Amino acid sequence: MKIHEYQAKELFRKHGLPVAPSKPVTAVGEAVSAADELGYPVVVKAQIHAGGRGKGGGIALVHDADGVKEAAERILGSALVTPQTGPEGRVVRTLLIEKASDIADELYLAVTVDRARRSIVVIASRAGGVNIEETAAKDPDAILKEWADPAIGLRPFQAHRLARKLGLPAEAIRPATKLILQLYKLFCVEDCSLAEINPLAITSQGELVAVDAKLNFDDNALFRHKGTAELRDLDEEDPLEVEATAVNLNYIKLDGNVGCLVNGAGLAMATMDLIDHVGARPANFLDVGGGATAEMIEKGFRILVDDPDVEAVFINIFGGILRCDVLAEGVVAAAKAVDVKLPVIVRLEGTNVEEGRKILNESGLAFGTAKDLREAAQMVGEAVKGAVQ
Amino acid sequence: MSILINNDTRALVQGITGGEGRFHTQRMLQDGTNIVAGVTPGKAGQEVEGVPVFDTVSDAVEATGANASILFVPPAFAADAILEAVDAGIDLVVCLTEGIPVHDMLPVRRYIDLAGAKLLGPNTPGLISPGQSKMGVMAGYIHTPGPVGIISRSGTLTYEVVHQLTALGIGQSTCVGIGGDPIVGLTYKELLPMFEADPDTKGIVLIGEIGGSAEEEAAMLIAEQISKPVVAFIAGQTAPPGRRMGHAGAIITGGSGTAAAKMAALREVGVTVAESPAEIGAAMASLLN
Repeated sequence: MKIHEYQAKELFRKHGLPVAPSKPVTAVGEAVSAADELGYPVVVKAQIHAGGRGKGGGIALVHDADGVKEAAERILGSALVTPQTGPEGRVVRTLLIEKASDIADELYLAVTVDRARRSIVVIASRAGGVNIEETAAKDPDAILKEWADPAIGLRPFQAHRLARKLGLPAEAIRPATKLILQLYKLFCVEDCSLAEINPLAITSQGELVAVDAKLNFDDNALFRHKGTAELRDLDEEDPLEVEATAVNLNYIKLDGNVGCLVNGAGLAMATMDLIDHVGARPANFLDVGGGATAEMIEKGFRILVDDPDVEAVFINIFGGILRCDVLAEGVVAAAKAVDVKLPVIVRLEGTNVEEGRKILNESGLAFGTAKDLREAAQMVGEAVKGAVQ
Repeated sequence: MSILINNDTRALVQGITGGEGRFHTQRMLQDGTNIVAGVTPGKAGQEVEGVPVFDTVSDAVEATGANASILFVPPAFAADAILEAVDAGIDLVVCLTEGIPVHDMLPVRRYIDLAGAKLLGPNTPGLISPGQSKMGVMAGYIHTPGPVGIISRSGTLTYEVVHQLTALGIGQSTCVGIGGDPIVGLTYKELLPMFEADPDTKGIVLIGEIGGSAEEEAAMLIAEQISKPVVAFIAGQTAPPGRRMGHAGAIITGGSGTAAAKMAALREVGVTVAESPAEIGAAMASLLN
């Protein structure tokens, strides 16, 4: 789960990490009075989950109330397009008004899980403020790392070593060591999957300030962080995905023309690949899981056919825990309720497959039933060709 | 023959008195698993399907000589249950639980390595050596004993491959699900050499997916240590970056973990990589002939 910068900075403050005074606002008038309170210059920052906000014009350094008013009027309510949002952009509903820091130098600092080493890694670089992946590709030596042994955690000597390797001014070594340990602690205590400060500024007085703050959380740990779970911003998510999550379906909207409904994440991805392989494009990822009920199947099917880009639907079920007859009942109920005009291809295998096929055949609905994955692939390809003509 | 489990495996079920534990205990018994004990705290003295229930894993091991454990335990308690099994001297722990926090699994994985035990999962359907033993939730009837070993990060996609193989008259030695989480126990690296050493395994199917670097590491190991034919499929060729595709581990981050990179790494070392999931069984069949 992702949260906004202003929410991440609240958590930073709670954990003692240095951030500039700031205030989130949702209206132009509020923005001006917040800036007046903080004192100029201030930075007006669009709060959306996507990165690259500066490139999209979502961040403005302003020196007076008129500047704040102009920036807030321009950004609030607009759809901000950044390299990470896609062409439709994201509507900005909140601004963060922050006292501008006197930045002398910009660093990069992050904590994440290194899957290959099965441990938490702290990543730091002198080259802050820019795309860290580009730096890593162009100049791998500019990326410094310290791994925390899961048995003992990140030790102070490691944080100190990292601060030294960054080549910081002498007076910044101790504060940087402390900050690295604090960020690591926040990462662990809050069950994060990513804690990133880019840039981490050194002011001309030699102080450290987290100018940006990004926190991602492990969805699997939200059960023990009720406060964090409440920070979820549904406006940042696709409405079809929100609808699916509400009924425990795992749905991700994509930009293709064949909707697919599958049980199991791996088979769902493989089904998307199969659709691509026959010259069509998957419109979504939808894993109905092992314990799906007929109601969940019906809901999932409705979400697929509600997507205006979908020209054909492919249902691919290998019944194990999920029985084929349950699946068939759900699909038939949904297809009858919404009066589907799209071609629907069904491939069933596994537990109670005969009962499932019988329900489909006797439904009076024009489903295409495939006997195996190869035949299903051909049928999907033909259905989409038919729809185009 | 087979790897990890066989006719001699003495299985234990942790969480045996819960709904899932009870249901799958019955199905595993039907598929030939020798289940010698169950564990649920506070339920010692009961029986499930004729299997005696104990309060703790160490009690169960002492009384029955159980040497492998399968867990049906909710996410918040699963990490502790794995540690309890290892502490009691269990050699192989199979953890099916989906949704264990990564921060819980990091120290668990470290402890497993220090103790020299084997962990399968979490978030795995388990494993089966057809005709001998099953410690998992897969439908036993689609499997048949034979010469192909399967290692997979996915559940139902594995069933699909097993079905394709069985339909072509090709059975399986052992099918192993390594789990869809970012931090898991046994991976391709440990399992591939086991299949290489198993005289009855003649070919290996490797089913991977986007995220992490386990498939790339497997490719390096195959080049050095594996002489048997390998067919691979990587799910998620069409998955967008930055989105978690169901499994917590299936996410392309910062341009790494893509299907294209994994497929290229495997092809480089001579693995037959199927482009379409419909062709995995046929690819294995032609290599075996």
